[in-house]
Amino acid sequence: MSVVKLKRPKLGFGEKVYFGALIKGFLLTMGHAVKSLRGKSAGAKELASSGLGVTMQFPEQRWDEHLPDYYRGAPALVTDEQGRERCVSCQLCEFICPPKAIKIVPSEIPADDKWAKVEKRPLEFDIDMIRCIYCGMCEEVCPEQAIFLRKDYLITGLARKDMVHTKKKLYEIGGTRVGLVNKWNELK
Amino acid sequence: MPDLAIQLLIIVTKIIALTFVVVLPLVPISVYFERRFSAVIQDRVGPNRVGIPLTLLGFKKDFHFFGLIQPMADGIKLLLKEDFTPEHVRKSFYWLAPALTVIPALITVCVVPFGSPLNFFGHEEKLVIADIDVGPLFVFAISSLSVYGITLAGWSSNSKFPFIGGVRSTAQMISYEISLGLSIVPVLMYFEDLNLSKIVQFQADNGWLLLPFWKNGSLSLPDLNTALFWIPAFISFIIFTVSIFAETNRMPFDLPECETELVGGYHTEYSSMKFALFFMGEYAAMVIGSAMIITLFLGGWSLGFTLDSKIADWNIAGVGIAGFIHLGVFMSKLLAFILFFILVRWTVPRFRYDQLMKLGWVIFFEAALVNVFLAALILAAPRFSTAITIIGAVLLIVITGAIIWVAKVSEDRPKLLRA
Repeated sequence: MSVVKLKRPKLGFGEKVYFGALIKGFLLTMGHAVKSLRGKSAGAKELASSGLGVTMQFPEQRWDEHLPDYYRGAPALVTDEQGRERCVSCQLCEFICPPKAIKIVPSEIPADDKWAKVEKRPLEFDIDMIRCIYCGMCEEVCPEQAIFLRKDYLITGLARKDMVHTKKKLYEIGGTRVGLVNKWNELK
Repeated sequence: MPDLAIQLLIIVTKIIALTFVVVLPLVPISVYFERRFSAVIQDRVGPNRVGIPLTLLGFKKDFHFFGLIQPMADGIKLLLKEDFTPEHVRKSFYWLAPALTVIPALITVCVVPFGSPLNFFGHEEKLVIADIDVGPLFVFAISSLSVYGITLAGWSSNSKFPFIGGVRSTAQMISYEISLGLSIVPVLMYFEDLNLSKIVQFQADNGWLLLPFWKNGSLSLPDLNTALFWIPAFISFIIFTVSIFAETNRMPFDLPECETELVGGYHTEYSSMKFALFFMGEYAAMVIGSAMIITLFLGGWSLGFTLDSKIADWNIAGVGIAGFIHLGVFMSKLLAFILFFILVRWTVPRFRYDQLMKLGWVIFFEAALVNVFLAALILAAPRFSTAITIIGAVLLIVITGAIIWVAKVSEDRPKLLRA
């Protein structure tokens, strides 16, 4: 690689005196201050600001309707249109999960069940939301498209126990997912 | 003549009231303003939540006060944190250093006149703790002691970044102390007094140094001599203000603690209340610096525009309220100047170290020196004949030219002996 010699720019008298630049800077910062006090900062409208700067103030204002489609919130399990739980407890998500937040206890589906041919479903499916990093790898790795990241983002609790999402809670968040795969569907 | 006990009581009251009720609360208030103002400049909101949590007591709504309780929460946090002393520090100096930064800043409070004398039923009481005749000199003497705190903190931390911070601080303080002292020589020549109370009284009667639009109690345009003196006064004001920024380690000059280069500078190894003391020392120094600038250049507590003599006799039931009005005026000026400090911090980027040294030694020192002679020439001109004044002006121009030439030559790169 050749050596490139950079020439420093020659400063004029005005630039050397520096006070002009100072005053310009003051005008700039004060301009920002006035604009943000009036709620007219650049981008305040698009970001749905609270009227002070560009910030949305959280508990009163929610950004729910501004969430992008690709937003990754809490992971959840889904059932298909016949009410069958999609998860077959293959445990791929448990293995891929980088912070090891997922814990699955697999079980067999009894022979007299309608969906006996699916063979397996989770007995327990816990996601520790303290550990979850919302990376979406479980969603990506799932062969049955049973786990999805939803847009829920306010996962709070007063004890560690509250922060573990059990199977029941996960289906509650996930709900029914229609379409996509019909692998076990009778109609097919 | 009140007896000794009453005198002592008055002095103690003054110390407690002015230091702990007037100046110390200004520290958290300026921290709050710093956070809110910087937030507004950066299009943010800033701390606006901490208030009185009335909902905990069963009320419907919390009382936010625009977050004014935030600095209190900060203070409590710092108090309750673990006060950790690292293994490798030099213990006694490590413990001494934080106190050495706060105490000088608080001692200098005692010469600042906060308002005109309070009048209680005919008894006058000055709103200054110690009305001594060496005001500015006392402030310089004491406030420059705070560099010991920073240097000791840097050295006793026994680790490299604090050490560099301490060394930088020493060099910076020494460089700017000179221009700080030289820059107010013209001002003191103009006032012919070193007593800060008398300086402010003079400005109340004859116009602020930077706003000389009234004389002897009546509005008028300044005469030629005063108008001419405005030039050295303004140069003094700029040099003094910038040097105060450097003395208080505020933003464009906060090299002793710059986070980007030195982690935290001299207070890297400090935590909890010891860190809070450094923090407090910095802000207290800022408050005192602002107070000095206001007192010397912007009329101190005076309301200006000949209003001071008009309100001097106002009283409610024998208690003169002029003193309280003046106290309010002084505090508002102080807050305005603190806001200016904050604006500068969030506008001007930090100087490089060589730029800082060049500004101190090559520009401000020379400018302050020439400014002293310029002021002397203007003040002395009416007392001498025109010929002497002109000779003086020519000499001054020659000396100024010589100084500029020396400064310019010293900036030239040394010629390489072998190319």
